[in-house]
Amino acid sequence: MGLGSINWLKYSSPNTFYPLAGRMIPGLAGITVILLAIGLYLSFFVAPSDYQQGEAYRIMFIHVPAAWMSMFIYLVMAVYAGLGQVMNTRLSSMMATALAPTGAMFTFLALWTGALWGKPMWGAYWVWDARLTSELILLFLYIGFMSLQAAIDDPRRASRAGALLALVGAINIPIIYFSVQWWNTLHQGASISFDEAPSMAATMLAAMLVMTLAFWTYTGAVVLARVRCEILERERNSDWVAKLLESRS
Amino acid sequence: MMGDFFSMGGYGFYIWGSYLVTAVFMMVELVLVMRRRRTLLQRLGRMLRSNVNRGQS
Repeated sequence: MGLGSINWLKYSSPNTFYPLAGRMIPGLAGITVILLAIGLYLSFFVAPSDYQQGEAYRIMFIHVPAAWMSMFIYLVMAVYAGLGQVMNTRLSSMMATALAPTGAMFTFLALWTGALWGKPMWGAYWVWDARLTSELILLFLYIGFMSLQAAIDDPRRASRAGALLALVGAINIPIIYFSVQWWNTLHQGASISFDEAPSMAATMLAAMLVMTLAFWTYTGAVVLARVRCEILERERNSDWVAKLLESRS
Repeated sequence: MMGDFFSMGGYGFYIWGSYLVTAVFMMVELVLVMRRRRTLLQRLGRMLRSNVNRGQS
């Protein structure tokens, strides 16, 4: 039988995923604290000053990870929302719902840190540039997804409407990513590309990657905690939630 | 020495404005999720007890 004998779908059911998620949160939280400590140390004490931008470039160590997260989380959210409709798995839809606020937060932070980096470098907090505008649209997509789901009482219809919006809006992700190539923009090109050697110092790259990993594990912990709330809310009338509450009191 | 660190070569406002707001947002998000869990468990606990009292359990 081998691998086939393990029921992989077991963890796609909310009542088995709920305790699993609960066991993963402390580990992810611990790793986040360690990675943040290493990442911040590298960002401020190891990475050298930039020969063009002086110290201002240190905003990059949170700006780039936040911007990456804003796009990754949207894609993961859209895939979960789509799976929820195609496979009819409730947990996938709940994951999509739980991802949206964190994605919106990182989108806002990418815009905020970008504005504070733009002012000293470009002389303006904001320009209607292709990269900045498409990232602002991403923020509106997240807000639209959350408001749409909040406005519909029936969870199944809320999931369906949200999935439609998330999937249609996914077209914006390649637009954000390639905007710096497709249009003449003020925004600099990709910090890391797959086809050429990185143009920045190794310590700068290390700081950025460690901060990115820290944001990933942070997202994992906070989204799992939120999806546990979603599960409890939507399954509140089930026997397993009743048993769980009894065992707690 | 410390002053140098905080002034960040004149970019202190922009750098600390970025890092501080990021830290505040991430911590507030954590607090909101933990508070949501706490109030939810309290509410569901009350709901369960009232059902037991009415003999629906």
